[in-house]
Amino acid sequence: MLVIRCPWCGERAQIEFTYRGDATVERPDLEANSDEWYDYVYTRDNPRGEHTEWWHHTGGCRKWFKVRRNTWTHEIISSEPPGSPDSD
Amino acid sequence: MIKSVFKQYSGFSLLRNSLSGHRNWARVWRDPEPKRSYDVIIIGAGGHGLASAYYLAKLHGIKNVAVLEKGWLGGGNTGRNTTIVRSNYRQDGNAHFYEHSLKLWEGLSQDLNYNVMFSQRGVLNLAHSDSEMEKFSERGNAMRLNGIDAELLLPDQIRREVPHLDCSQNTRYPIYGGLLQPRGGTARHDAVAWGFARAADALGVDIIQNCEVTGIRVQGERVVGVDTTRGAIDAGKVGLAVAGNSSRLAAMAGLKLPIESHVLQAMVSEPLKPIIHTVLTSSASHVYINQTDKGEVLFGGDLDLYNSYAQRGNLPRVEYVIQSVLTLFPCLRRVRLMRTWGGVMDMSMDGSPIIGKLPIDGLYFNGGWCYGGFKATPGSGWCFAHTIANDKPHALNEPLSLERFKSGALLDENGAGAFPNAH
Ligand SMILES: Cc1cc2nc3c(=O)[nH]c(=O)nc-3n(C[C@H](O)[C@H](O)[C@H](O)COP(=O)(O)OP(=O)(O)OC[C@H]3O[C@@H](n4cnc5c(N)ncnc54)[C@H](O)[C@@H]3O)c2cc1C
Ligand SMILES: [Zn+2]
Repeated sequence: MLVIRCPWCGERAQIEFTYRGDATVERPDLEANSDEWYDYVYTRDNPRGEHTEWWHHTGGCRKWFKVRRNTWTHEIISSEPPGSPDSD
Repeated sequence: MIKSVFKQYSGFSLLRNSLSGHRNWARVWRDPEPKRSYDVIIIGAGGHGLASAYYLAKLHGIKNVAVLEKGWLGGGNTGRNTTIVRSNYRQDGNAHFYEHSLKLWEGLSQDLNYNVMFSQRGVLNLAHSDSEMEKFSERGNAMRLNGIDAELLLPDQIRREVPHLDCSQNTRYPIYGGLLQPRGGTARHDAVAWGFARAADALGVDIIQNCEVTGIRVQGERVVGVDTTRGAIDAGKVGLAVAGNSSRLAAMAGLKLPIESHVLQAMVSEPLKPIIHTVLTSSASHVYINQTDKGEVLFGGDLDLYNSYAQRGNLPRVEYVIQSVLTLFPCLRRVRLMRTWGGVMDMSMDGSPIIGKLPIDGLYFNGGWCYGGFKATPGSGWCFAHTIANDKPHALNEPLSLERFKSGALLDENGAGAFPNAH
């Protein structure tokens, strides 16, 4: 069982959360070309190792936040509210 | 090194070897040192890589081929799946491809002279609501229009087919009917890897285990070889068939894929007398169940849902899957679980696979198999071999190109969008 720290509620069991995926992809400009949109919508770095990702505290405060987690060991390194300077 | 002799297996050879206590069977494939150069290198000795090498040698006359494997052959998802084989797809692009694969399965044991224990016991999708029955009748009709067998079953028929299933009104997911593909079934997954390995080796393919690819060498616009833990090897063409490691291998060539790696778990019970005679799936609770020839009840469910390269998952998923199985089969409540395990899945952005060229000359990709690549094994190898030999896809895998994500011609069976964990 993963134990995930919600920045607002503290450490909670994995089953309270919903996973959303890579939190480093950035929505391109509306004027961006189709290659940039393709990259944004479809391609991912998908690293084996540290990954910054979105989680939602669905069964708790229902806020979104960013978790830094190792995809190989499942170790959770940190969690931060969205937009916090040291989260990406 | 033992020389490969492709001795035919037969009832007679079984009898003869049983007389000496099965101690004198010949080694099944060689263990060669890598050569300096090959016409084609396939990375990954799972079912797909081995089948690709086999069909390259057998159908396209390309025999100077190596399959490089970082661990042991068949040790990836090929040896970890729940062994379900079917072709019950709605979208044309998937339907024709998987049906071609199913047809290859039907002759595979003979073709390989290796018993892959393909058992066409039928795959039955259970419907738990009127709308699901509507969806199934629509899919069944689409399948039949594509020449694929499909039968819509009513609850009475299901009660007869699967007597131990809880078909009462009070269950969490009442049974409204189901869609049966009679030609679907299961196969012995290890035997599929071993059968393809033996047959490919006999045609001259070098299967090199304990040889991890650490780099892909590109000169100008063209691939020229690979770096491995056993030295550099030149190659005219290189094909990737590495399942959950697809993104890592593509990154070695500077490419990014529409794929995420996720862990999927499965589990088996202790062996029981035969009680489940078909493969059963339920999408309401997302489980799939069958009983192995040894009697174990084998089942799995959804991904753990977060990106993962660990070949192990977490208990919440195991608990959920067990609850779903017990909802369908309350009679299994006292049965003991023997094992759980996980595999790293190559989840694509539309839930369908990719077999085709990559934007570097001589580099080809096979991956994005999501929950369903085992059943694709022969068809995938067949199409990948064609694509590599001719430097262009076969009509059967044209719709499975990487370009579909740019052109918008997606094959999204579930209509789930670009969320790999939702397929
Ligand atoms: C729990 C579970 C249940 C499943 N159930 C079903 C099912 O019922 N029906 C179905 O159709 N499908 C099922 N699947 C999916 C199916 O198992 C896979 O899609 C299929 O087996 C993939 O085969 P493959 O040859 O592509 O991959 P694999 O068998 O994983 O082979 C890839 C190989 O590449 C090797 N490799 C990776 N990186 C390198 C490197 N750098 N250098 C050298 N070698 C490398 C790996 O070691 C591995 O052996 C299931 C999967 C799992 C995990
Ligand atoms: Zn919270």
